[in-house]
Amino acid sequence: MNETKFQLKIDEEKKIEPKDWMPDAYRKHLIRQISQHAHSEIIGMQPEGNWISRAPSLRAKMILLAKVQDEAGHGLYLYSACETLGVSRQELIQQLHEGKAKYSSIFNYPTLSWADMGAIGWLVDGAAIVNQVSLQRTSYGPYSRGMIKICKEESFHQRQGYEIMAELAKGTPEQKEMAQDALNRFWWPSIMMFGPNDGDSPRSGNAMKWKIKRQTNDELRQNFIDKTVQQAEVIGLTIPDPDLKWNEERGHYDFGEMNWDEFWSVVNGNGPCNKQRLDHHIKAHKDGKWVRDAAKAYSEKHLN
Amino acid sequence: MNSLLKYVLRISDTSLITGQRISEWCSKGPTLEEDIALSNIALDLFGQANGFLEYASKIDKNKTADDLAFKRNEREFFNFKLAEQPNGHFGNTIVKLFMLSAYNSIFYNELSKSNDETIAALSAKSLKEVKYHLKYSKSWMIRLGDGTNESNFKVQESLNSLWQFTGEFFESDEVENEMNSNGIGIINASMKERWNIIINNTLQDSKLIRPIDGYMQTGSKKGIHTEHLGHLLSEMQYLQRAYPDAKW
Amino acid sequence: MTEESLVWEVFIQSKNGLAHKHVGNLHATDKEMALQNARDLYTRRNEGSCIWVVKSKDIVSSESEDVEAFFDPSNDKMYRHPTFYKMPDGAKHI
Repeated sequence: MNETKFQLKIDEEKKIEPKDWMPDAYRKHLIRQISQHAHSEIIGMQPEGNWISRAPSLRAKMILLAKVQDEAGHGLYLYSACETLGVSRQELIQQLHEGKAKYSSIFNYPTLSWADMGAIGWLVDGAAIVNQVSLQRTSYGPYSRGMIKICKEESFHQRQGYEIMAELAKGTPEQKEMAQDALNRFWWPSIMMFGPNDGDSPRSGNAMKWKIKRQTNDELRQNFIDKTVQQAEVIGLTIPDPDLKWNEERGHYDFGEMNWDEFWSVVNGNGPCNKQRLDHHIKAHKDGKWVRDAAKAYSEKHLN
Repeated sequence: MNSLLKYVLRISDTSLITGQRISEWCSKGPTLEEDIALSNIALDLFGQANGFLEYASKIDKNKTADDLAFKRNEREFFNFKLAEQPNGHFGNTIVKLFMLSAYNSIFYNELSKSNDETIAALSAKSLKEVKYHLKYSKSWMIRLGDGTNESNFKVQESLNSLWQFTGEFFESDEVENEMNSNGIGIINASMKERWNIIINNTLQDSKLIRPIDGYMQTGSKKGIHTEHLGHLLSEMQYLQRAYPDAKW
Repeated sequence: MTEESLVWEVFIQSKNGLAHKHVGNLHATDKEMALQNARDLYTRRNEGSCIWVVKSKDIVSSESEDVEAFFDPSNDKMYRHPTFYKMPDGAKHI
């Protein structure tokens, strides 16, 4: 009975709120998806944070710092939304540290040059935007509202990245090479952000039925590629896919096959930065324990 | 070097170097909320640095603000030595920030009455931000000082170590005297009493002991720094130095 | 101190004269930290002139099972809405 009422609400595009009845599987799916989204934002601070101290101008430094700060904020909105489902931030962080929760694999790649800041903003945030715009219409209220807020802030992120790439592409030969090299390294991992092909995606069925997910992996991936090819052309950089070709019949770009071995390898913990990212997060958390304890102790003494 | 230029660079450099240190906390904060708070503070400081460097650039006429930030060497920077000290643990950073913000809250307040319009305007704007930094760092001094035995010990230790850098706040030299006689700047020694009041009140609420004045570091007004600045600049200036022909 | 008591809900008044709006929540151990964190987290783009923070556990909410009993009775009293009434043509200021 409850299940029927619930599905009816979903079908009528009504939002599910924290105190509403929901199937246990729906709750569990959301906790997994929202928390992994949150973890991604937080872990994502590291590869970009890597270049704050070396940003090549005052303006670039401030913009990058503001962007990374936004990512922290997004993580916070998402942890908040997740907590409404009856799980604490503490538990979620523990799951991350124990390797029980995942985060977006793209952040398991290192940022080796300043141009990587451009590539990440343009491609990774670009891909995230495609995904997030779609998620604004997700069925769970707090998640939907979180996504709307995030989307508002996200578009500056992509512009920041694209601007960096554009400037480098028209700079010295070394700068242009730096930009092309970053594109070469980040293109495929960005495409892989959309996950496995629809046929190979185990949880898609329920996610679509419950309107947690509004479009499929392949739809979103195609959307992103179609947009980005033109952007690369405008700034004179080459996308490293020899099979990339406009298909007049489909009205979309055809593109090459992804390296699924690499994809699953990195997802399962064997990427260049997996250990480093997690160690960094664990260390920050451990190093901060005495501070958190002190704040709690102070508060208890003064019964605020 | 022109006295006004030097005076302005002292201000911009302290903001820039402090900002650079605080921004190192990004993704390393004890909580997400503090990560965001510290980034905000760093952004304020970079904004202040940028404002004063733009003005310095106008006075200099040859170099841009970025040139001044990324192409001067260690002996040409005039920030307080305190600014370049490594962050250490969160408590150590808070002590640094607190002592510096207490100073700046008085300094910018005075300078907002400067005869130099640009300095007055920049100072008035910076003052609003610094008041917040002071409030923030003060709250944390108290939480950590009056938190657990461990936190009190750690912060006391930091306070004891960093105290030697506070002498520089109240030194004067010929540049300052000149600025003061033109109604542009103030004599730093005149701020000591007010600074002490802020410090002492907070230390009391934090259950911390004020260190006894011992050896006081000096020299940054003449570009003499601790060994830390060189490493900080190597990192900060790397791209501009590695690609001298490039525009960013 | 339980994990639950660490969570605060944040309400922002974006402009003088408007009502406060719920924008989300955050973690803090005292009310000063909650206010400062709220300011850093939710007003970076000038979104606020006044902030309220309330401990999540102090918020009392109507239950969603009661929704029909709680809210529907106000739904059929259309006479409370000005558009319910038919006004003679030509009458002004009414």
